[in-house]
Amino acid sequence: MQTLKKVDVVIVGGGWAGMIMAKEIATRTSLSVLLLERGGPYQGLAANHDAKDEVDTYVRHRHTENAADGLVTHRRTPQSRANPIREFVGLPFQGTGMGGSGDHWGGTSPRWTPESFKIATHLKELHGASKLPPNLANQDFGVTWEEIEPCYMRAEEMMGTCGKAGNLNGKKIEGGNVFEGPRSKEFPSPPHTMPYFPLLFAKTAKEMGYHPFPMPSSTLSQDYTSPDGVSSKGCVYCGHCSGYPCHVGAKASPNFRLLPIVEKKKNFKVQTHANVRRVVHKDGKAVGVTYLDQSGNEFMQPAETVVLAAWGLNNTRLLMLSKTDEQYDPVTGKGQLGRNLTYNMGGGISFFLDKPQNNFMGAGGLAMGIGEMLGDLGDEGAKEGAFRGGIVFAYNQGGSPVLAFGNGHIPPGQAHSNWGAEWKDAAIKWNERYVSFLNTGNCFAYSHNYVDLDPTYKDKWGDPLLRCTYDSTDADLKQINYIRKKNIEIAKAMGGIGVPSGPIQGRGPGSPSPHTHGGAIMGLSPETSVLNRYLQHWKIPNLWVLGANAFPQADEHTTMTVLGLAYWASDAFIGRYVKRPGALS
Amino acid sequence: MKRREFIELSAKSLGGLLIYSLAGEPIMLNAREGTVQVPLRFFTEQEAKVVVAACERIFPADESGPGATQANAMVYIDRQLAGPYGTDKYRYTQEPFVESVPGHGYQGKENPQETYRAGIQKLGADFVELDGAKQDERLKAMEKSHFFQLLRQHTIEGMFSDPMHGGNAGMVGWQMIGYPGPQMSYRAMLGKYNGTAYRTKPQSLSEILGSPVKPWEDEERG
Repeated sequence: MQTLKKVDVVIVGGGWAGMIMAKEIATRTSLSVLLLERGGPYQGLAANHDAKDEVDTYVRHRHTENAADGLVTHRRTPQSRANPIREFVGLPFQGTGMGGSGDHWGGTSPRWTPESFKIATHLKELHGASKLPPNLANQDFGVTWEEIEPCYMRAEEMMGTCGKAGNLNGKKIEGGNVFEGPRSKEFPSPPHTMPYFPLLFAKTAKEMGYHPFPMPSSTLSQDYTSPDGVSSKGCVYCGHCSGYPCHVGAKASPNFRLLPIVEKKKNFKVQTHANVRRVVHKDGKAVGVTYLDQSGNEFMQPAETVVLAAWGLNNTRLLMLSKTDEQYDPVTGKGQLGRNLTYNMGGGISFFLDKPQNNFMGAGGLAMGIGEMLGDLGDEGAKEGAFRGGIVFAYNQGGSPVLAFGNGHIPPGQAHSNWGAEWKDAAIKWNERYVSFLNTGNCFAYSHNYVDLDPTYKDKWGDPLLRCTYDSTDADLKQINYIRKKNIEIAKAMGGIGVPSGPIQGRGPGSPSPHTHGGAIMGLSPETSVLNRYLQHWKIPNLWVLGANAFPQADEHTTMTVLGLAYWASDAFIGRYVKRPGALS
Repeated sequence: MKRREFIELSAKSLGGLLIYSLAGEPIMLNAREGTVQVPLRFFTEQEAKVVVAACERIFPADESGPGATQANAMVYIDRQLAGPYGTDKYRYTQEPFVESVPGHGYQGKENPQETYRAGIQKLGADFVELDGAKQDERLKAMEKSHFFQLLRQHTIEGMFSDPMHGGNAGMVGWQMIGYPGPQMSYRAMLGKYNGTAYRTKPQSLSEILGSPVKPWEDEERG
């Protein structure tokens, strides 16, 4: 193993968190920054044009990681055996290459609520611990809304997020989300022009007494120049959005918004095809990281500070492989690492309208939403066992034909099978009339949901895969069904055809999705968290871990909060740690 | 060395002669007669014929538009199977293989090539001679199998993917559903066709970009 020249800061991962950290450190200090990315370099917009092929990009995942290398394993309970996720079921997990998942995300950009960050305390105060679901493992983040709000704002200004404020410094504004936490400024870009389905949803919801608003989206509604002077084109609504890289630079990606700034800095370097396998540490200090290049050569990269900013679950796995902490045990409740595995609690319904939707046009986050069920569901929800909800949104994110037909969407009773002439005729008729609501919201942490290293399955390089033990709970189901009831009411009022009826009965398989959080969480106690409230490792102060791994539990879509926390951590690192290295209090 | 296999396909299915009006009405233009020889990459000629017949039952030609034969769905499948996908270059294949819940996806050991070889054999060498109802019976009996699920999914991919992959010949699939192809911008159209269908002549990715795009299955073949 060759030992390379020491750098001040080594950052693992070229996605949102890593690139925010890199840009902040490289532009605000003179420290040398080396970013290690396991995938390849950014190829430019021309390559992103070629990527508009559904089969190669969306079906075979040409631009994201290869499932063959090893993803994760999953089981529902600690007593059962885990199966590897052998191929992508639906969305790919994570990006690989510069930009990471930030290069193929959908751009849906809701912030969380002020209470999301202190949910454990908040819910106990509101309902009393005895009324809450059993085995709840929620913890407070340790950051306040006042601390995180300016970080959300910086993320939005960097990306040019579109939307309409509904709560500006406490003043409620009709037309925006009046249920959002107070914002310090208006959105940097105006809302998108909305197509038929979101407009019909908004009109109907308003008539029913809801307060519809344009869903925040980090796909630009018009040309935009960020505070850093980076200019990008407005969205062209090509409909190849979530799951695809953007070919005009409208959908915020680290490659468009951060790379152009940081690559000009002499104190910044990228090493692509560098697959980091261990954090090397000794006596409570990180010494550096080891990585493999494409040919399998192993290198030791020494660094004064190590920043992990891989996909959240991979951060957790790297810590486990590097033996930094005690593994969490769901029986004894001891151990810090592996706790609080959570997902994005979805739900939502699909149905049909009597008019063609031109579903091939659209953009991720091109949606109208309602916020009445965002955050606390109050006594009405608690009566049904549902405590926290989420945003309901009607979207046109664009859709390509293989996916649409593969799912075979037709209203119930239109065909006896999902193949053959009868189905084909129905699918052709209904394909362009298919619409969906998506719910994005609260996901509680439970003591039985956690991660550890799988005893059986290994990755391409011989390291154990991460094992996810996750089962949704009755309380989760009650939450989903509480919102589903409202989904159904609105869909029917819109004149929906084939609107589903009744609650969901069974719980899902609980297998992981791209929106997966926890494992190496932040918190206020080194007994029950891996990171302090600045995302600094409790026991190894020169190790920082950025990503959704830090969420003790989750609320709406993942990305904005990953970005907000990355800005929060970068300020603590630059403003305090660099001046006086050591554990921050 | 594998013997070079060919299949004869009707020229009608290859020429893109079936066109659609912008309203989605199928119009057949002077169909040329005759056949064209298409080289096969994975299937034997016999297998290819079974796949053509099975795909046509899954996505048949009828009054609502063309079917899998006309779109050359089999050619699409043949190329995918011959490429890295066919030998599981994109799937995690470490043992042990243990069956599980549907949410975990396919957990079997067989790769797509093996699944097709065995599945086609199960459909029977006489499959192509059966009438439609009998063919449906055999397919129905296999409906829950991994092979059938792949065949259905691949037939749809062969109907509606970019023609560079070998299917969707003449973009008949896209014409049938009013899909314009991977257009680079709808900025001028968004919000102007609310509740009415926007229709334009479909274009392939290469046509739109004005330069050839190499499908992944070819690139990885070297």
